[in-house]
Parts: sequence; structure tokens; C-alpha cells
Amino acid sequence: MKYVDEFRDGQLAQELAQKIKREVQPGRQYHLMEFCGGHTHAIFRYGIPDLLPPEVKMIHGPGCPVCVLPIVRIDSAIELAMDHGVILCTYGDMMRVPGSRKMSLLKAKAEGADVRMVYSTLDALALARQNPEREVVFFAIGFETTTPPTAMAIQQAERLGIKNFSVFCNHVLTPSAISTILESPEVRELGTLPLDGFVGPAHVSTVIGSQPYEYFAEEYQSPVVIAGFEPLDVLQAILMLVRQINEGRAEVENEFTRAVSRDGNLKAKRIVADTFEMRREFEWRGLGMVPYSGLKIKARFAAFDAEKRFTLKRRSARENKACECPAILRGVKTPRDCKLFGTVCTPENPIGSCMVSSEGACAAHYSYGRYRDHLAADTPSNLIQKSEA
Amino acid sequence: MCLAIPVRVEALQEDEMALVDIGGIRKSVSIALVEDVAVGDYVILHVGYALNKIDPEEAERTLALFAEMGELEQIASEAAAQL
Ligand code: SF4
Ligand code: SF4
Repeated sequence: MKYVDEFRDGQLAQELAQKIKREVQPGRQYHLMEFCGGHTHAIFRYGIPDLLPPEVKMIHGPGCPVCVLPIVRIDSAIELAMDHGVILCTYGDMMRVPGSRKMSLLKAKAEGADVRMVYSTLDALALARQNPEREVVFFAIGFETTTPPTAMAIQQAERLGIKNFSVFCNHVLTPSAISTILESPEVRELGTLPLDGFVGPAHVSTVIGSQPYEYFAEEYQSPVVIAGFEPLDVLQAILMLVRQINEGRAEVENEFTRAVSRDGNLKAKRIVADTFEMRREFEWRGLGMVPYSGLKIKARFAAFDAEKRFTLKRRSARENKACECPAILRGVKTPRDCKLFGTVCTPENPIGSCMVSSEGACAAHYSYGRYRDHLAADTPSNLIQKSEA
Repeated sequence: MCLAIPVRVEALQEDEMALVDIGGIRKSVSIALVEDVAVGDYVILHVGYALNKIDPEEAERTLALFAEMGELEQIASEAAAQL
């Protein structure tokens, strides 16, 4: 497909990898965190670690909104579906995420709750119109990519006078998560992980632009390169980060200029600003309470706010103690450090959120990285095999 | 979960919708979030909405950036061959 295939050229990937090898300085370590699950996925899928010199280590960050949504919010969604008798609709990724006591929306559905998977907020609105006698709640999650479509749905519901539609809003903001990681004690303290640079999210940045990352570059002296999700994009971003680190620069660079500008998508940002406001704080799974990191629906649209419309019990929920998701999300541990990985916890039976979404660090590791441990070092990577095929 | 894909706009429809081509399959998506979408544009599609346009010139520039290395080597070897 245009704008995909060109960015997967195996020969070019080899050349970029050679270039990275040549430019890394001996004895220097380059710990680079990719923030996005989309990058984690691409890195494993195309065997990028095999192409990198040992000095360059990719660390998998918070990744996916599915991975960072705390259990209490999942419990609330399940409560909406089971106790309030609503039609609860959400994106497919959310269906299998375990809440408390291993309950998930999928299991709630099996027990008779009306849970539906939708591809788009447009489908959620359509459901509300088709079922005027029922309450339809859209369980909204996501970073800045899914937020504008949710805002559109709320505005559209108001415009069309749809009265039985509301949104359970769990949208979160990428930049606050990055600063939380940079400020977390594990990351800061000596002896644990130093982060030398960030690969910035692609699609999130098509909406918010590259400007929000300028603060990190300055404040934390951490280089950021915004990169697309194709393998060549990721390799090019790594090269750009290596160069910045070598030269002692800490800037925001943009590898994904084909879709990301400094200001992002102004129209989408305006719709979001009209519809949502910041929460004082929001809980992230693995990161804890993060100030000004989540969005809530503005009072003007209270009629479409499920949290206003339904009284939800707020229980505290306990995570499975053995699950290392919190440390993985911070980049302090890898999936292989988890005792449950691949045995008790698999994509078919996920214990923690990192195993649920295909972009989560554990799931990506499981699907593409699990067998690499057993492979000889000279096994060609997926990318090379692909280009030869 | 925000893995989005580039798609080509095939036709504009009512209510800020457009028909796009997703690897041979046609689907109606919302273009309400993007300014000035025209037939033939490539947009990044995510959960039923176009998020932004892909700038073809910038895409070419990025590809040229990747290729820069190979070309330099080629120029060097050609120069060497002429010696
Ligand atoms: S949802 Fe978007 S921001 Fe999150 S991991 Fe996926 S691609 Fe990255
Ligand atoms: S393998 Fe499962 S239990 Fe372990 S950290 Fe990953 S998601 Fe959590």
C-alpha cells in the first residue's frame, strides 16, 4: 500500500542499521524509550533489536492506553454494564482486559450483560439511535488519537438531540505520562535506568503536533524524535537520537514530517478543547496518580457524561502482586523479568494489562520476541527475511 | 490501540464523510476532523476518523533521507571506478 511498503524496504533497513553501528561511540550506552505501543509492535515484528549494535537498547514505555487504564475504571465499566443495564460499547482492545477478580467485559457479556464492540464512535452513536428505549454508554479510552473522535460523538449527540447516549471518559494525555516517567524515583535514582532519549508517538503527534515535547527536551535535557510506525521510521529515529546524544544536543526532531507538523491538527485540537477539560489528577496503571493527565467532559455537556448520569460505586482494586506491569511501564523491567510471563500469563489468559493489547510490551514480547532467546545469534531478522522473500 | 493506517480518499460523501480505499476494500469514514480533504488525498485513518492528511512531498523527502546513504556509497563507488 502506498506510504507503507516504501517504508519497509529491507535493504534500506540494513543500510540504516550499518549507519547506526558506525555512529555509536564505543563504550557509550544509548538507552532509548519508545513511548508508543505502536513502536514496540514494529520493533518486535521487524526484528529491529537484531539489527542494532549492543550499545543501543530499546526500552518499552507506557505504550497503550489499554495498558495504563487502572483496574477501578474497568470495574466501573463492568458495573455500568452489569448493574445499570446499559448497552456498554467500547473498542475491541478493552473487552478482554481483566478487572478485579479476573472479571472482564467479555466475561460480563457471557454472563448476560449487554456489551458490544464498536469500531468507531460513529457506531456507538448509531447504536443509541437504533435503541432509543435503552441507555447507551460509550466506554472511551485512549490517548490523543482517540480523543477527537469521542469529542465529535458528544457534539454530534447534542446536535442531533440524542438523549440516551453518554460517554464514560477515560482519555489521557501523552506528555504528562512522559514527564511522570522522567520524574519517577526509579528512573531518576542512580543505579536504575537512565533514559538517554525518547522515540515520540506518531499518531498522537499528528493531532497534538511536535510542540508539546519541546518542554521535555529543555526541562529534562532529553532528546525526542517523533517517528512513524514503519521499520525504516524507527531505525531513522534511532539514528537521529544517537546523533543528538553524540553531539550533546537535546532537541525535538521530527522524523514523521509526512503527517506531523509543529502545531498538529488545529481543527481536531479545537474540538477536543471545546468538549473536554483537564482532571486535577488521574490514575494510571503502573504510574499511579498523575496530575493533569486525564480529561473529563465539560460541564456544558454533563448530560452526555456517564459519570454524572450514573452513580458508580468506587471500590479500590488490587492488582495481582506478581504482575510486573507497573515496572515494565516505567521501563525498569522487561516482560521476561515477570515470573508469570508466558506461563500463567499469556495473550489467551492475560493477568496484567501489558499482555492484553497486541501493542502491550508483554504481548509484543510473547508474539515476536519469546522465541528469540532460543535462536542462534546469526538468525536473520524478520525484516531481512522479508526483503529476501 | 492507535495503530492507524494510510488510506486514499476515493469520493466525498454527505455529512463530512468520505469513501476510502483500505487495501481494496471500500469503507465510509468521517473526515470531520480534517480541513480541506480532496479526492486522491491520503489520510491517516484511526477508529473510523481521518486524523490528518499525509503530505506526499514530505513522504518523498523522508524516503530520500533514507536513501541518502545508499546514494552516497554509489557516488563513491562510481567515483572510484572512474579513477
Ligand atoms: S494507542 Fe497510540 S499512543 Fe498508545 S500505544 Fe498505541 S499507538 Fe501508541
Ligand atoms: S507477563 Fe502478564 S503478569 Fe507479567 S507483567 Fe506482563 S502482563 Fe503482567
